[in-house]
Amino acid sequence: MAFDKMELRDIEVWDGNFAAAQALRQAQVDVVAAYPITPSTPIVEGYAKFLADGYVEGEFVMVESEHAAMSGCIGAAAAGGRVATATSSQGFALMVETLYQASGMRLPIVLNVVNRALAAPLNVNGDHSDMYLGRDSGWIQFDSYSPQEAYDLNFIAFKVSEDHDVRLPAMVHQDGFMTSHTAQGVKTMDDDTAYNFIGDYKPMNDMLDFDHPVTYGVQTEEDWHFEHKARQHNDLMTKVFPKIQTAFDDFEKLTGRKYNIVESYDMDDADVTVLCMGTSVETAREVAKEMRAKGIKAGVVGIRVFRPFPFEQIKEALKGVKAIAVLDRSAPGGTPGAMFNEIAGALYNTDDRALLSGYIYGLGGRDLTKAHLVDLYTELQANVDAGKVTTPLQQFIGVRGPKLAFL
Amino acid sequence: MLEIRWHSRAGQGAVTGAKGLADVISTTGKDVQAFAFYGSAKRGAAMTAYNRVDDEPIMNHEKYMEPDFVFVIDPALVYTTDVTINAKENTVFIITTHMNTEELIASQPKLEGKTVYTLDCIKIAQETIGRAIPNTPMLGAFMKISEMYDIEFFKENMKRVLGKLPQKIIDANMLAIQRAYDEVK
Repeated sequence: MAFDKMELRDIEVWDGNFAAAQALRQAQVDVVAAYPITPSTPIVEGYAKFLADGYVEGEFVMVESEHAAMSGCIGAAAAGGRVATATSSQGFALMVETLYQASGMRLPIVLNVVNRALAAPLNVNGDHSDMYLGRDSGWIQFDSYSPQEAYDLNFIAFKVSEDHDVRLPAMVHQDGFMTSHTAQGVKTMDDDTAYNFIGDYKPMNDMLDFDHPVTYGVQTEEDWHFEHKARQHNDLMTKVFPKIQTAFDDFEKLTGRKYNIVESYDMDDADVTVLCMGTSVETAREVAKEMRAKGIKAGVVGIRVFRPFPFEQIKEALKGVKAIAVLDRSAPGGTPGAMFNEIAGALYNTDDRALLSGYIYGLGGRDLTKAHLVDLYTELQANVDAGKVTTPLQQFIGVRGPKLAFL
Repeated sequence: MLEIRWHSRAGQGAVTGAKGLADVISTTGKDVQAFAFYGSAKRGAAMTAYNRVDDEPIMNHEKYMEPDFVFVIDPALVYTTDVTINAKENTVFIITTHMNTEELIASQPKLEGKTVYTLDCIKIAQETIGRAIPNTPMLGAFMKISEMYDIEFFKENMKRVLGKLPQKIIDANMLAIQRAYDEVK
């Protein structure tokens, strides 16, 4: 079966969902098994339309739930194909059991997660609750801050995930609505360039290779389970970052667009910095520049790869900084924010331990305004001037009612 | 930075209009952003959509906006929502209504002292496209008031944006854009 190439302009005005759908088309994904959920639906809808219109050679499998969607992806990946799907929020939560199956069976699958709040109360808007829910699942997690990055990181994800030294599934995250439904200019690759960056799918231990029978999904009790999990963790810790770095380098050579495992902006001489993920990184970059005009040496650190957690790269990025605000866009559920804890862990054994404070913000899509960030940088500078954290360790940004602060 | 807020009802095409405008502006080398407030709003519910335009890359993802232009594409929203919220001194309002500008301002005192232009996008859409989809007429009016682009350049680009629609619908939209351009006051 042949397929048609699509003519794209150098810059297309796409939202994050359509950018991801185009990436799935250009990657010529063999199988998408999917179940729709707001706000990620247009990604798989887009792939299905490209398929129906003859722009991709593959198969769309309609299933009865997200659990079945990931199960279908696992089957197709084990059979030996390039596989992807998309989900959000409750759908992601329903998928969780199968996420662990996918990573445990070492199956390369790309999952676009359009980040959305978790019920109750029901909410379709963007926060990072679902992204956090996946953080111990053994997947690689890439985070994009804009439609351009949602497009680019899909190619990176296929390349790293399918590498025979890695063989681990990867998520590409984008912020629900703030990226997924926001149209911006996206610099495109033509179909051949995009496809050749990833290359043909190279099967490994594929079940359709009948000359070399293999088994997936075996049972191991206390005799072997630990060794399997330890080996999987070892590969996440040691093999993934070098492959991601190589993919980033190759991608930069191809497109001129540079990605880093941890992104640093205005950090060379920064005294105060905001560390966050998603669209907030870009808004903070704009505010940091404005703070510098006011004489506050502000910087921004963005996490590009959330898993494996870039422990060493974060230490390096935060070297010399005096005060850090860690922003968590997920309900902490009775603890400091998850990212706050991770950063505290990374910095505890460093010599110049910066003043660290945590902030919960943006739940259920609540706006993070530039005015909020101006206040935040001002508060960090006050911490620097006082030589200590002058506020409680955990505060809330943008929530109504009496001021909430803990610890 | 040029910032626009659209007031619309879900289903009237504000999102398509905002994305179409962004698409046309993008071809001239500027950076663009088009987004909307959603939620679980159903067809007919009041909603807002937004455009940002700049010569520099747009980093700002906040939803808060003090718009340079406010487009109102449903006549009743002037009374049921506050279309003047977060407006600046020099914000320009383009409002669809069957009234003239003086009558409209008299009926909604919040618009007093503001720069207000009016036209009837609903009627124009009904008489040209055959359906009350007031988004493309609003863009024709915007071209007239803002003098952003020559109207012929804008129409040529909108033909490309609307490319997937039947030729008859595209032609009707071009008529609607031109009529709005001519009729806005």
